[in-house]
Amino acid sequence: MNRRDFLKGMAGGAGAVAAGGATTADARPNREPAPEAVAMLFDSTLCVGCKACVTNCKTVNGMPPEALADERLPLWDSAPGLSAKTLNVIQAYTDGSAEVKDREQDGFAFVKRNCMHCVDPGCVSVCPVSAMTKDGNNGIVYHDPDACIGCRYCVFACPYDVPKFDFESSYGTINKCQFCNQRGVERLDHGLLPGCVEACPTGATLFGTREEMLEEARRRLSLTPGSEYAYPRETLDAGLEVTSTVPAYYPTIYGEKEGGGTQVLHLSGVAFDKLGLPILPERSYASRSEGLLGTIYKGMFAPVALFAGMAWFARRNLQRQAETETQRADAHDDRG
Amino acid sequence: MERAHPIGGRLVTPFTTLLALLSLIALWVLAQRFVHGLGAVTHLNNGYPWGIWVVFDVVVVTGLACGGYVVAFSVYVANRFQYHPLVRPAMLASLLGYGLGGLGAVVDMGRYLNVYNIFLPWQMNFTSVMLEVALCVAIYILVLMVEASPAFLERFKLHRHKRKLERVMFLFIALGLVLPTMHQSSLGTLLVVLGNQIAPLWQSYELMPLLALLSAAIMGFSILLFEGFFSQLGFRRASEAPLLAAFARPLTWLLVVWLVVRFAELTLHGKLGDAFTPGGLAVAFWLETLLFALPLWVLVSPQRRRQAHLLLIAAVAMLLAGTVYRVNAFLIAYLPPAGYQYFPSATELLLTIGLVALKILVFILIVKRFPIISAPART
Amino acid sequence: MPYSTDCDESEGFEQSYRNIETRLQVSRRDFVKFCAGVAATLGLPASMAPRIAEAVEQRVEQAAKRPAVIWLSGQECTGCTESLLRSNHPTVERLIMDMISLDYHYVLAAAAGHQVNAAKKASMKENKGNYLLVVDGAVPTKDGGIYCKIAGKPFIEHVEEAAENAAAIISIGSCAAWGGIPSSGPNPTGAVGVGEVLPGKTVINVPGCPPNPYNFLSTVIHFLTLGTLPELDQYGRPTFAYGRLIHEHCERRAHFDAGRFAARFGDEGHRQGWCLYKLGCKGPETYANCPVILFGDVGSGSWPVGTGHPCFGCSEQGVGFTKATHELATVKTHTPPNAFPGTAEPRGQGSSVTAAALLAAAGGALLGATAAGALRLKRDESTASAQVDAHDRDEASRDHASRDQA
Repeated sequence: MNRRDFLKGMAGGAGAVAAGGATTADARPNREPAPEAVAMLFDSTLCVGCKACVTNCKTVNGMPPEALADERLPLWDSAPGLSAKTLNVIQAYTDGSAEVKDREQDGFAFVKRNCMHCVDPGCVSVCPVSAMTKDGNNGIVYHDPDACIGCRYCVFACPYDVPKFDFESSYGTINKCQFCNQRGVERLDHGLLPGCVEACPTGATLFGTREEMLEEARRRLSLTPGSEYAYPRETLDAGLEVTSTVPAYYPTIYGEKEGGGTQVLHLSGVAFDKLGLPILPERSYASRSEGLLGTIYKGMFAPVALFAGMAWFARRNLQRQAETETQRADAHDDRG
Repeated sequence: MERAHPIGGRLVTPFTTLLALLSLIALWVLAQRFVHGLGAVTHLNNGYPWGIWVVFDVVVVTGLACGGYVVAFSVYVANRFQYHPLVRPAMLASLLGYGLGGLGAVVDMGRYLNVYNIFLPWQMNFTSVMLEVALCVAIYILVLMVEASPAFLERFKLHRHKRKLERVMFLFIALGLVLPTMHQSSLGTLLVVLGNQIAPLWQSYELMPLLALLSAAIMGFSILLFEGFFSQLGFRRASEAPLLAAFARPLTWLLVVWLVVRFAELTLHGKLGDAFTPGGLAVAFWLETLLFALPLWVLVSPQRRRQAHLLLIAAVAMLLAGTVYRVNAFLIAYLPPAGYQYFPSATELLLTIGLVALKILVFILIVKRFPIISAPART
Repeated sequence: MPYSTDCDESEGFEQSYRNIETRLQVSRRDFVKFCAGVAATLGLPASMAPRIAEAVEQRVEQAAKRPAVIWLSGQECTGCTESLLRSNHPTVERLIMDMISLDYHYVLAAAAGHQVNAAKKASMKENKGNYLLVVDGAVPTKDGGIYCKIAGKPFIEHVEEAAENAAAIISIGSCAAWGGIPSSGPNPTGAVGVGEVLPGKTVINVPGCPPNPYNFLSTVIHFLTLGTLPELDQYGRPTFAYGRLIHEHCERRAHFDAGRFAARFGDEGHRQGWCLYKLGCKGPETYANCPVILFGDVGSGSWPVGTGHPCFGCSEQGVGFTKATHELATVKTHTPPNAFPGTAEPRGQGSSVTAAALLAAAGGALLGATAAGALRLKRDESTASAQVDAHDRDEASRDHASRDQA
């Protein structure tokens, strides 16, 4: 093999990887929602910031209290954000004098952060040991600490800043919201609602199927601001409607399309990025990553071919080298 | 061909003592980590779940351990048997580097007792890039052990076993080429799923594996130069500069391809403007790019690349380039959830420094007692 | 009998207390307690109690100079008067009546008809600029205010006339304060609060339906004691009574914070005494001190929420008589910056000097070794340049081939 072949080989290898990349655009489309996908609809304009959902979440999931890092509230249970000890948190967007609710300028707005239960979750895609799984039926993203190796790729990969590892413990656990249906809690299986939904006094957190929630969200967006609307609480058919004035909604449903869609939908009076929700394309990053991986390793063809080629070259060259050495040794002997 | 010989000499020198001390400090940090947890010794947090223990000890160190990969390619595939003397030291260094990477990965795992789940077929998640990397690295460490074993078999006079092994060695050589190609490219694929959490200057999606592989090859050739020159200096061997200078050619091509691919991608996707937006990211980008580009000044000129000291400086620049690229992609360009910050803690750094010291220490000790290095002693 | 040591126990003061005991038929102890209570309601320090006592006592002494009070009643239900009369401290109404000269009160006056109207006119003329005007009930404004007439004259004219030369104007009850029930939709009489028909005048509003009598008494006594009005908020309400939300002092607040809500009347949570927010309690948007001073002087729990009924916001314009009882309140206290984590709370640790030094040392070691190595390589090259020249005349590969053969 001369230098040209060498370079060709290098270029060919690189080309194969690059070609793999070029054809992945539709190698793996976004996943479809699970057949009986459940969902949570959080309407920021209804939230009064009472944090009852935060408290009930801790009670239901047996989580210890956690304080803000600074001097604002060092004593009370007031986590700065999601953590291994806080699976649900109410955060506030504030601007300037923060006078009016659900206004971007000199206003404020609340946002509830918990696992978004993506339709096409990155954490499930990246987990090497299937500790993160997506239920095929209701679409809940579950976590199994007995399988988890603690590599924290899920923490790294989640665009919503959701799975959290307990760094304080000597043998920490990943924790995240599982709609209160994880092993040992199983509220949905017992016909109950997630703790946060049950506690919400205003109907800001609503639970149902993803289709129901999308329909309800669309209905709210179609209402005239200033008109009256009977907002359901807990679920659509719980009979706990409360009539309120319709606010001016930000005109999209967060989670309908974002990152391939989520099973937690958000409505808000301010732009979603103000609430700390990431702006994501419709194509899920999981599908893009899996598509790339799937193209390169399709049927393990490329690695096997590469192995065969390399083995052939190595064998041939080793034999040739052995022959050359024998000849040289002979020549040496002859000369000697 | 020259035969490899143990270097000999005293094992306990001021330098090895220093390395041993650093390794002991790392051991102490390791004990702290397992008793008190990751949070006690690192500054890791839930916005920066991966710190230098992953990004340097695994991602960068395995890149720096690609010497065995490129030397195997050059010798056995490209049929350049004149590099054969480099195979043993390169394989040993790669084995130690990958061993260090594997150790770093396990140390960083929060639930290390569950690590066996990676090897249980019913637990495997085949969409996970991490699984691919983990399995490939694990198998590659075994392959490297086989590839590095002839020196040890020779030392213990197990010639029959050595001959038997040599008959099937081509299979291991092939594996030793396929596996790093797979997992080194996958180190780039790891970041695809992060999407816009990686700044656009580094998030090149489908080109990530190619860039990662190119950086691995660049780091691999450079570490051969680096190890070659420092073996020459440290062990007082005859100069291998002419032999090593030949790596300038593949390196030149790799660097050119790197720069073309990198800038073509940035230009085609309209991201080049980010490189001129003042800020830390632009500085990081230009530092990285300069480190990749400047060695070309040495490498393209036949005159300059024959000067050992310039070649060494170029090699270090490229090692730093690969390191900076990987640290940039994984840490600097990573846009964490709002509010989070990270800088490695002192203990975190001490473990990393100690592990690198351990690797160098073990390398020196083995080279002194086992037939690894072929270059004759300097006269 | 010993009592508060804050009191000035001079002979003359002792004498005046004795005077009060006989005139008001209250024990000295009860009287001092009352004054201390008034000071507390006003949010004044305890040291103010003797000063209040002194002021009240002086008024009693100078009964001849008692300030005149004109009490007008418009669209009202007499609930405010009833509430005031039922304030249960011993004979407090006597105290008030002896302190002030209630020259006109439609309900309480002994006289009636033209007689009482004449008394009112005479008093207003005599005490021009010195009398206190109290109004209960809303003022109808539609059709020239004909929907409430007294002595053949629309109520609005009575108010305007009395307000002109009043020393101070107090609106008691929600109707007088901001319109109350008469002003709630569809408001056929165009009823408004007193302040609205008296532009430019300072009107002290003591809203509530009925208002707590002690909030009214405290306002009056503040005026009598210090000669000034208490601090008022933007709606003219004394801040000592209306400065904070009911929610902030509610005894059920802990249940709100813990997310324990009664969902239906009589359910488990309701029987447990949980928060009534979900039932429509308006405490979170109503400013009043009900949970602090309670009603009827009968001890704890004697206020709406204490009895298990959600607050309906009687004192708050736009809430009471406007929002339905079951409608959810807008929580006014939970507005940032009330201890909410932001969307970007700082977390994680930055660099330490030690870490930075270690990193610099590691980098320095690498660069130093490289520099040292490069220098030595350069020295070796120059000493062996001849040899290198010989070797490097050609391509590197050929070079090696020749070396292999050698």
